[in-house]
Amino acid sequence: MLEIKNLKSRIGDIEILRGLSLSVNAGEVHAIMGPNGSGKSTLAQVVAGHQDYEVTDGSVTFKGNDLLELDPEERAREGIFLGFQYPVEIPGVNNAYLLKAALNAKRKHQGLGEIDAFEFLKMAREKMTSLGMDPKFLNRGVNEGFSGGEKKRNEILQMAMLEPDLAILDETDSGLDIDALKAVATGVNALRSPDRAIVLVTHYQRLLDYIEPDFVHVLSQGKIIKSGDKSLALELEEKGYDWLREAAIA
Amino acid sequence: MATESENLESLVNRRYEHGFITDIATESFPPGLDENVVRAISARKNEPEWLLEWRLQAYRQWLDMEEPEWAHIHYPKIKYNEISYYAAPKSDDDRPKSLDEVDPKLLETYDKLGIPLHERARLAGVAVDAVFDSVSVATTFKDKLADAGVIFCSFSEAVIEHPELVKKYLGTVVPRRDNYFAALNSAVFSDGSFVYIPKGVRCPMELSTYFRINAANTGQFERTLIVADEGSYVSYLEGCTAPMRDENQLHAAIVELVALDDAEIKYSTVQNWYPGDENGVGGIYNFVTKRGDCRGANSKISWTQVETGSAITWKYPSCLLRGENSVGEFYSVAVTNNLQQADTGTKMIHIGRNTRSTIVSKGISAGRAQQSYRGLVRVMPQAVGARNHTQCDSLLIGKDCGAHTFPYMEIKNPSAKIEHEATTSKISADQLFYCRQRGISEEDAVNMIVNGFCKEVFKELPMEFAVEAQALLNVSLEGAVG
Repeated sequence: MLEIKNLKSRIGDIEILRGLSLSVNAGEVHAIMGPNGSGKSTLAQVVAGHQDYEVTDGSVTFKGNDLLELDPEERAREGIFLGFQYPVEIPGVNNAYLLKAALNAKRKHQGLGEIDAFEFLKMAREKMTSLGMDPKFLNRGVNEGFSGGEKKRNEILQMAMLEPDLAILDETDSGLDIDALKAVATGVNALRSPDRAIVLVTHYQRLLDYIEPDFVHVLSQGKIIKSGDKSLALELEEKGYDWLREAAIA
Repeated sequence: MATESENLESLVNRRYEHGFITDIATESFPPGLDENVVRAISARKNEPEWLLEWRLQAYRQWLDMEEPEWAHIHYPKIKYNEISYYAAPKSDDDRPKSLDEVDPKLLETYDKLGIPLHERARLAGVAVDAVFDSVSVATTFKDKLADAGVIFCSFSEAVIEHPELVKKYLGTVVPRRDNYFAALNSAVFSDGSFVYIPKGVRCPMELSTYFRINAANTGQFERTLIVADEGSYVSYLEGCTAPMRDENQLHAAIVELVALDDAEIKYSTVQNWYPGDENGVGGIYNFVTKRGDCRGANSKISWTQVETGSAITWKYPSCLLRGENSVGEFYSVAVTNNLQQADTGTKMIHIGRNTRSTIVSKGISAGRAQQSYRGLVRVMPQAVGARNHTQCDSLLIGKDCGAHTFPYMEIKNPSAKIEHEATTSKISADQLFYCRQRGISEEDAVNMIVNGFCKEVFKELPMEFAVEAQALLNVSLEGAVG
């Protein structure tokens, strides 16, 4: 589904991704781990198409098409979802309105008509209940005055509504208490399916106790230095990252 | 930016008048202003002696006054002697013969605003029979109003038909020498609207300049007077979201509202005059004085405005809260793009006991535009228990525009309760990226954020006007980002 080859990217003069390759197939859950500044978030942003990151080399294809040719909104409509590490507040724009606009943009792209208002509300309420969100959040400004946990749940709600083919969740677990973490994990697990791929960008193994990955990759200095199964995450938890970095240099 | 300037360019020029008025002489005056010009204007309108005298006094006062320079706006000195103070309506020969002759960009804008096909010809100033459709609409309209006893006519007509009412109220809210532009208007005003709602009458429909009959060529120095007698109610809509054709650069209008005991006036404006090209060339200067007088107890005057046009806007719709328990409201959305400048706001003068006022001002700046909110809340010593709430928000799009806030408060009664809230925010790249990552195009994202920002004001507009205003905002800001 997602094929990244020798990807190099920089922001301003600073090169962050230095020849990263990754292959993600439908039905798989990948966890990308690594120390601060290793390029995890950059990878997520580049795949989503953030304009501040310049791709200097390599290729990214999504469902066989060149992803780098597409605008961020086109990538989204094609089925890529990014759960932001720091979801932005949009005061005055009601949460339901944004959700509906996003859903309809995707439906239009798929040649479908706009979603019926009642159907939309029903669907939103159901998903919110399962995420432990108060349906009142629908009528609040997008992320406006939300706590950290509420913002993350809101990201998962959007993901659940949009049903993407590829979901990249950037540090969705950071700053969550255990209840919120469980709710988020339930939301993600509900979305696991043979047609869908999920990439979890995370610092800690904690999230992986609740969402079991098929593959774990360690990113350091803009490259994947080690890949393995979920046992790699446990090993990292125990030993930290340094032994891997040393091994990579040696 | 290219699409943007094209769009703004296409927001050009609609004639303000309906094209079917015939009883006005057809030549224009040569440029220049002196007492003879004032006399000639008055004579052309068959005005009574007292009104001529009133105009002449205004003219003499104007000569002694200085053009104000305190506003945060810049423009080349206006050469008052190069303006023609009486312009005849255009003859049909000068108009486009059909929509095929109209600038396609203008038509494109109409399309975006969702203006019905049969309206477009009239708006674009096409000399076709379609124009006459509005005569029949307007006639039905007039009958209905007459049944209710409401007077709604052109100012010139009111001077002839209802001189006692005009004489009683003219200039009692905005005195002739109130300010430089008000004095000029009082000397040379061309025409405008007159409304009188009798005691206890709730006007059966929203009054709109759109349906006004016999109000040809009021553009440049328009004069509006609305009187709501005891216990009456009227909602008045000024302007139109469709871009207007206009050859006059300087507009100095006056609007006077009078609300007697228990009366309410709701005055809504959508202003969409030509803002000039992307360098600000050729845009309209809109220097208007609007004031409402809550003269009676429990009266209420509410101003709602959506300002997207003009190169320069200088405008402070105000309320004099004289009557006990009277209420003044000001809801405003002002959009400036490219090189537009706006210095706008309101004045709430609390004179009566327990008077209340609310100010909600939303300013949006894009391009290299500069916008100022200037508001005065004055509580007079006798205004026991006065209350004001002011909320003043600015939204910036891009890095080259500016927003400025000048709130003035003069509180002379210790029992007053005054609140002021102000915010400035920006549409950030992060917000746009977030929306785009959810599949929403950049333009739709900007519209969504801007409309969210203006929601509080839009909900004060009459329903269909609000929908149009929203569409207008989207067109005005098209291409403002990126």
